[in-house]
Amino acid sequence: MTLATAIATGDLTQLPSRRDEDWRWTDLRGLIRVLPAASPAFDGDVGAGPFAADETVTIVNGHGPAAIAIPAGEARTVALRVVAATDGTAHAARLSVTLGQGARLTLLESHEGRAASYLTQTDLDVSLGEDAALERIVLVADHAEAVTIVDAAVTLAAGASFDQTILTAGARRQRIETRVSHPGQGAAVRLDGAYLLRDQRHADLTTVVTHAGRDGTTSQLTKGVVRDQARGVFQGRIVVERGADGTEARMGHHALILSDRAEVDAKPELLIFTDDVQCAHGNTVGALDEAAIFYARQRGMPEDVARAMLTEAFVGEVVERIEHEGAREIARAWVSQQLGAGE
Amino acid sequence: MTAMLSIRNLHATVGDKQILNGLTLDVPAGEVHAIMGPNGAGKSTLSYVLTGRSGYEVTQGTATLNGEDLLALEPNERAAKGVFLSFQYPLEIPGVPALTFIRTALNAQRKARGEAEISAPEFLKKARATATALKIDFDMLKRALNVGFSGGEKTRMEIFQMAMLEPRFLILDETDSGLDIDALKIVAAGVNALRGPERGMLVITHYQRLLDYIKPDRVHVLSAGRIVASGGPELALQLEAEGYDRYVQVAA
Ligand SMILES: Nc1ncnc2c1ncn2[C@@H]1O[C@H](COP(=O)(O)OP(=O)(O)O)[C@@H](O)[C@H]1O
Ligand SMILES: [Mg+2]
Repeated sequence: MTLATAIATGDLTQLPSRRDEDWRWTDLRGLIRVLPAASPAFDGDVGAGPFAADETVTIVNGHGPAAIAIPAGEARTVALRVVAATDGTAHAARLSVTLGQGARLTLLESHEGRAASYLTQTDLDVSLGEDAALERIVLVADHAEAVTIVDAAVTLAAGASFDQTILTAGARRQRIETRVSHPGQGAAVRLDGAYLLRDQRHADLTTVVTHAGRDGTTSQLTKGVVRDQARGVFQGRIVVERGADGTEARMGHHALILSDRAEVDAKPELLIFTDDVQCAHGNTVGALDEAAIFYARQRGMPEDVARAMLTEAFVGEVVERIEHEGAREIARAWVSQQLGAGE
Repeated sequence: MTAMLSIRNLHATVGDKQILNGLTLDVPAGEVHAIMGPNGAGKSTLSYVLTGRSGYEVTQGTATLNGEDLLALEPNERAAKGVFLSFQYPLEIPGVPALTFIRTALNAQRKARGEAEISAPEFLKKARATATALKIDFDMLKRALNVGFSGGEKTRMEIFQMAMLEPRFLILDETDSGLDIDALKIVAAGVNALRGPERGMLVITHYQRLLDYIKPDRVHVLSAGRIVASGGPELALQLEAEGYDRYVQVAA
């Protein structure tokens, strides 16, 4: 049951619903009463995306290339633009990203809503060869009326590394899911995210990492800031299977709720079926520290300046973990823009 | 002529608890006054009332700085007028480097006063000189303010901020606590460097020790929310020898 199958078949019963435990906070079945018509092809100008790179792959309204392949030993930076330039229609796209042995890729992925109420699913099948390295930065700028799913299934070989940072401002309903098959064997995963939500926006960051072999690491940090009537969802699951000894996994999810009517639902899960592991998780949901705000005001900062500074610093920890310098700069600017807009 | 800081019959509550009970105090420009008193007397409460912390409610009385009603201003407006509090327990500011924090504060104050922002090179030059004088490792200023700092390091950061912001009226709340004698001398030298005819200071302390290094013009005893005795520096020595017992009884 996925949104993509529902779009392909026109069958509403294929939509994920709250009866499915993994979708209980992001119900689509209850939201979508009629499946819209298929999105038309688009051959207008989509302008420039947020990231610059030598190579750009563009998918508009579900149409575009189906594969990015980096041959063994090569290193590339690719901007991937997933553009929805359609109102009131639905489409899905599927892309495979393959890295050969020792290949390196920085994938600067943007999801750009250029119209209002589109319904989309984007699937990525990501496969990393031995010792390959992928850093995926995902900037999701959907329209407030959009309903979108981005789903990445990632498979790593021994010694590979996968680093990811998701940055989203949410949508009417939005789920960004990442599922990683972790072989252990020196492979390393970093899965980070930031959701900065206002008005009635919704964002769901869901991750599942399955450690199947010994000596793998996963480091996860997600931060959220929600205000107005927005709703953030974090579901993080790390599974350490029998025999995956020497696994090191840590998961942190921390959210600030800046209004009474905003909501955060979090479900961090560590499912461990072996003994020799080091796992830790932390989950906090709260407000800004009023004592720290007074301290900053005593030094001369007006209240809004103090609040913005502390909120930006809170999210900054995620941004600073981005390795690609250009992307880190763009992420910083995005954070201040999201937190500053509409004050 | 009114004093620089003038407090008249100040009453304040915290929660529903009456803490300040008719406190009257004058600190003229150019003078350093010490406030001493037993734990729980209301010393920190006075510092928070003067700086406008929420939850500290003034129910009666006045406080003016150079004739201007302090109590009507927002905390940041008071700071821009030159009021600085060195906190008894400085706050940790995760994710904000000390230098960024101080530059943001300094520029906010300048903006409030209608002055131009400080340039980055000018700010750094001043920060380096100040850090050297206070024996602060410059790299520490690039770390998140006070996060993981020891009590002594936090105190030194308070004095660093004070030296950078150059306030007109300084309130030091138990700045001596947790400092060894060498650190105390450095901190006192930093404070003394700011003494001048244009500045006033209120030095709050439980022990006389700090006053060996920051010599006060006047000493006041605060007990049960009011000033119960005032005198010259010798009063501090007398309190050190005799303790606060007789003042606690006077107040009761
Ligand atoms: N936030 C607060 N809530 C309730 N009571 C407080 C609070 N802060 C201070 N008090 C009380 O006010 C009194 C004075 O405290 P304080 O001003 O901290 O004294 P001092 O600094 O002289 O030791 C004490 O009885 C203390 O328990
Ligand atoms: Mg105190």
